[in-house]
Amino acid sequence: METGKRPAPRLLTGNEAVAHAAIDAGARFFAGYPITPSSEIAETLSVLLPKAGGVFIQMEDEIAAMSAVIGAAIAGAKALTATSGPGFSLKQEAIGFACVTEVPCVIVNVMRGGPSTGLPTLPAQGDVMQARWGTHGDHPAVAVCPERVSEAYDLTLKAFDYSERLRTPVILLMDEVVGHVTEKAVLVPPDSATLPDLRKPVSPPEEYRPYRYSGQVPPPLVPFGQGYRYHVTGLLHDETGFPSNDTGNADRQVRWLMDKVERNRRLVTDFEAVDVEDAEVLLFAYGACARTAKAAMHMARSQGRKVGLFRPRTIWPFPYEELALAARNARVVVPVEMNLGQLSYEVSLAVCGKVPVKPLFKVGGEAVAPDELLTFIEGV
Amino acid sequence: MRAVPYESYLRTRRIPHIWCPGCGHGIVLKAMVRAIDQLGWKKDEIAMVSGIGCSGRAPGYVDFNTLHTTHGRAIAFATGLKLANPSLKVIVVTGDGDGIAIGGNHMIHAARRNLDLNVVLFNNFIYGMTGGQVSPTTPLGCSATTAPFGNYEHPFNIAELVAAAGGNFVARGTVYQPVELEKLLLKAFEKKGFSFVEAMSPCPTAYGRRNKLKGPVAMMVDLKERSVPLARAKNLAEPELEGKIVTGVLLDRDKEEYTEIYRKLTARLGGA
Repeated sequence: METGKRPAPRLLTGNEAVAHAAIDAGARFFAGYPITPSSEIAETLSVLLPKAGGVFIQMEDEIAAMSAVIGAAIAGAKALTATSGPGFSLKQEAIGFACVTEVPCVIVNVMRGGPSTGLPTLPAQGDVMQARWGTHGDHPAVAVCPERVSEAYDLTLKAFDYSERLRTPVILLMDEVVGHVTEKAVLVPPDSATLPDLRKPVSPPEEYRPYRYSGQVPPPLVPFGQGYRYHVTGLLHDETGFPSNDTGNADRQVRWLMDKVERNRRLVTDFEAVDVEDAEVLLFAYGACARTAKAAMHMARSQGRKVGLFRPRTIWPFPYEELALAARNARVVVPVEMNLGQLSYEVSLAVCGKVPVKPLFKVGGEAVAPDELLTFIEGV
Repeated sequence: MRAVPYESYLRTRRIPHIWCPGCGHGIVLKAMVRAIDQLGWKKDEIAMVSGIGCSGRAPGYVDFNTLHTTHGRAIAFATGLKLANPSLKVIVVTGDGDGIAIGGNHMIHAARRNLDLNVVLFNNFIYGMTGGQVSPTTPLGCSATTAPFGNYEHPFNIAELVAAAGGNFVARGTVYQPVELEKLLLKAFEKKGFSFVEAMSPCPTAYGRRNKLKGPVAMMVDLKERSVPLARAKNLAEPELEGKIVTGVLLDRDKEEYTEIYRKLTARLGGA
């Protein structure tokens, strides 16, 4: 695409936007397994990837799909998978493997309501906490959450960028509304010339330490086959990559993994704060709920009520300080979620009891309607 | 025997290995290294992938691109690795628990796809690393820590299962016949498409001492006595083959390989 020229708007769904963004981000590998409401991502990539010289493979199960994605990433590909709640549960062990082996990859989870098979075709935000603590052991988490189709595109690009820079799996959390809604979107692809090659070795093979527990970000993960012949294992390992039972080393490694994301909060923190300065009622919403919140806020403002919105685009790491700042003048904070309060715990942590938190939750598979939220706001 | 510069293939600093005295896994790994040396493969182009269990530790000891994955998923990781870089020679090392219990689904589907992977399954009839629990290849009636009154499940015939699932090459050997095992591995590695070698390997620690095979020598004698070359097995009736280990090449064909088919597709779509 020529620089400086704005692309024409397109009409497409969030799931399709994710697939196009993956291609534009340079992803050339997708492994997946059919699951509602994410399947259109796989279907779209089954068209786009072979044409782009990339690989599309439908695996035998969700675990295999996640595993193949990690294998492809170790071979040097930017790689992704897409799933929904039950599949996300199955992928968790492999996601932990990607965390500890510091392999970049992107997992798209078009959420549904659970537990178990739950409500496959209806909107929900059931996996917000699973995205944080789904796999066992202390581990880092980065998760982003779009509210509309054009943002599904933008945040997919960012997910790949964060993943490559931090060498960690990044989760794109969508809900069924954003995944399936068809709306106008302007997709602005990144300038491929400016995409950094974060796999390029910066040291000769004999000096290469794939797991160096120092620095702002990890050293590049050099693709297999380029003369670096190192070892990758899910066992805790030393900086060479070989297993280590040394307890001091284990302590350093796990802290490094967690600190890696904390240290790079500035890179990954991303939120929108609308009319928060004078807001007496601060809404907190993400994904489709943020659309509702914006509509309700507009109605409330036209009635003279001072309502604002804080909307994280990056959910994990959670923007505690930014939310606290946005809530400092509020009388009440109202989290709106399509679950029974998964992020509301974090909202309470952020405001530290200084502002009352009065949430609106919905789990029946229906999105929150603006007038429903407006009525709720009038009551708080 | 042909001289092989083993030390150039081994990560000598990672040795001693974790395998018990009398374990057959080192013999399988040696046969693999010998076959690789004979093929003249370069270390940089080889990726060795494993799962969890005693077999899973093999890649750590050899100087290739090595990947020790989660339990049962080595073939799935290897699938991504191979598809993203088809020029890699990908060897998967697995065991009877890792490869055919928790990883059984990946095994049959990789065979079906006929992707150019070289899978070597170390079959020691038991979960060794976790202390001797019953596996899908523990023979009927044999003892295990989770089958204290004798195994009441029928075992898999793994090689036949994989041959039925697809793939281009299936063979079975034992560590009692290391020269033959090396030849089978050589053929498997040379073969384009999915190839599979089942290598019978004794586990004196977790299996033998619970099953009247008191020590490595007794286990080697048992492997010798139970092995029947395929040519001879063809003349034996089914009851005579009960409890026997049929060795040799069980399947050898040339179905079109996965990456070749995919490469043609991308070329047709102008994506190559």
